[in-house]
Amino acid sequence: MITFMNNSDSEEEPCNERTSLMSAESPPVPSYQDGLPASEAGEAQAHRKRRTGSSRSPNNIADGDMSDSGVPVRESALENEEEELTLKYGAKHVIMLFVPVTLCMIVVVATIKSVRFYTEKNGQLIYTPFSEDTPSVGQRLLNSVLNTIIMISVIVVMTVFLVLLYKYRCYKFIHGWLILSSLMLLFLFTYIYLGEVLKTYNVAMDYPTLFLVIWNFGAVGMICIHWKGPLQLQQAYLIMISALMALVFIKYLPEWSAWVILGAISIYDLMAVLCPKGPLRMLVETAQERNEPIFPALIYSSAMMWTVGMAKPDTAARGPSQQTWDAAEDGRGNHRSPSHADSQMSETRSPVPTRPITSFEELEEEERGVKLGLGDFIFYSVLVGKAAATASGDWNTTLACFVAILIGLCLTLLLLAVFKKALPALPISITFGLVFYFSTDNLVRPFMDTLASHQLYI
Amino acid sequence: AFFWLVSLLLSSLIWFIAVKASDPRDEPLQKGLLIFGVMFSVLLQEAFRFLYYKLLRKAIEGLVALSEDGCSPISIQQMAYVAGVGFGLMSGAFSMINLLADALGPGTVGIHGDSQLYFLTSAFMTMVLIFLHTFWGILFFHGCEHRRWWEIMAVVVMHLAVSGSTFCNPMYVGSLVPSYLLMAAAAAWAYLLSGGSAQNLRRFLLCK
Repeated sequence: MITFMNNSDSEEEPCNERTSLMSAESPPVPSYQDGLPASEAGEAQAHRKRRTGSSRSPNNIADGDMSDSGVPVRESALENEEEELTLKYGAKHVIMLFVPVTLCMIVVVATIKSVRFYTEKNGQLIYTPFSEDTPSVGQRLLNSVLNTIIMISVIVVMTVFLVLLYKYRCYKFIHGWLILSSLMLLFLFTYIYLGEVLKTYNVAMDYPTLFLVIWNFGAVGMICIHWKGPLQLQQAYLIMISALMALVFIKYLPEWSAWVILGAISIYDLMAVLCPKGPLRMLVETAQERNEPIFPALIYSSAMMWTVGMAKPDTAARGPSQQTWDAAEDGRGNHRSPSHADSQMSETRSPVPTRPITSFEELEEEERGVKLGLGDFIFYSVLVGKAAATASGDWNTTLACFVAILIGLCLTLLLLAVFKKALPALPISITFGLVFYFSTDNLVRPFMDTLASHQLYI
Repeated sequence: AFFWLVSLLLSSLIWFIAVKASDPRDEPLQKGLLIFGVMFSVLLQEAFRFLYYKLLRKAIEGLVALSEDGCSPISIQQMAYVAGVGFGLMSGAFSMINLLADALGPGTVGIHGDSQLYFLTSAFMTMVLIFLHTFWGILFFHGCEHRRWWEIMAVVVMHLAVSGSTFCNPMYVGSLVPSYLLMAAAAAWAYLLSGGSAQNLRRFLLCK
């Protein structure tokens, strides 16, 4: 417990992942709040960066060029195609996100059901100081609400802090914070998890082997997440750290506080992403102004953006701007600003070649992926895990929450395709999940139990 | 699946309210309420199947409007099949999963005088229900598409019959046999509706 308290800062970072889905039109938002997975890390994007670039260059050029008439036609054609492609690939995106969310939930539920450690009450985090052991219902409710207020305010403070850091370009600080938090997740939490799993299955492991395993796991994880690595390995690591974080939450948040926190966080998410003065929205806008990419460490991305080696004949004019987008893929914001200035200038000077733009579009179809913040994963898994842990051993509740969350995610992606801007991914899913949890636990369970005892089928 | 879940939710809400409002010690009343709950649930499920059909219809129209060549990438029959499978899987999962979880633990089946074949018959019943839901999905959507109300009524009546037959449990002959017969009938009907024929079947079986 003492270790948790000491590492409270870095522990909070993963907790604070904000969740929002970024839409197509906006350029990659560095919603990557380095230290604060919670804050913005939750922005998913349908990567339309290149398309945005190609559809924006006609705009720039239309301002002072002869090809004015060609431009509006191109714009509407682009829009129609965009819509079609959105819908066609919408289903693909949904599947691409279903799989990791399901995997994360499966890992969490499997651990909860088998390893007893995560359902034992062994103290609380310092963020939830009020205990829930009080005899009266009113007192318990009050304590949980107070816990929630404290937790949410911590998250808000962290988010605002991160936005400020990002605004004043303190990238090194953000980097360091993030690296520290993922270090802790990958090494410490994995060590504890492995220890508990081994204890449950009564498997003996000596320290040298343990050290070797954890060292390799952690080192490869750090490289994969923060630098380069095979996409699937990176996705697997992100799923694993989300699951670990969710397990920590499930263990250390008291019962009622957990539910109230889930509800409050989805409301906060909604406000932070959609309100004009919300921290997440400000972050999104700042990132859009700077045209910076997202750091991969706290966002789950379903498709890799690989550098485009387009050998097109008249790409001389496109060359500089293309390199700008390529550089963006590498994800380091440091050399963004100078190259960004280049692209602006080159775009205004060059005429609009038709073929490179279509080839941009073709390439874009292959690379487009969806991004979802790790905070989303974490809170979805917390909901399902809590359902598995506390629903009196009933699997129906877990299953119902699982389906509810997936349907919520579906709806959110649908809205993303319609609205084409940053959207919070938490509210709809968590609302569905909470509604289904409470109703299944209290209403459906007695019904199904009675039916099963008489062996009646509906 | 989601729609089935919502229908289950609503029907259990109704049953719960009814139970809470009644006397818990009155056995026949409780049994009667249970029967009422089951029937109501069946009706609600079919209603939600209809609602789902309406939703999918709208979706298909949207897809057709946006597609390049005027036809949607997924046909209504495929959607009917998927809807049926979704309903079936959800109903099956809800019926079986607690049983399976308990089956992993220690215990003896039927030690208190209940039937020893409990797990086995539950498994078979669940299986037949999943199949039935799939076929009912196809039949129902076909009926809605072609405005043949008698097909829709047939599905509802079949569902009520199957659920009703489970009231004979633990006399499993009364519930399993009719259910399997109905399943065979529904399977043949759905197969014919989906464009199959005896010739197709023969060709398929003989690998021509």
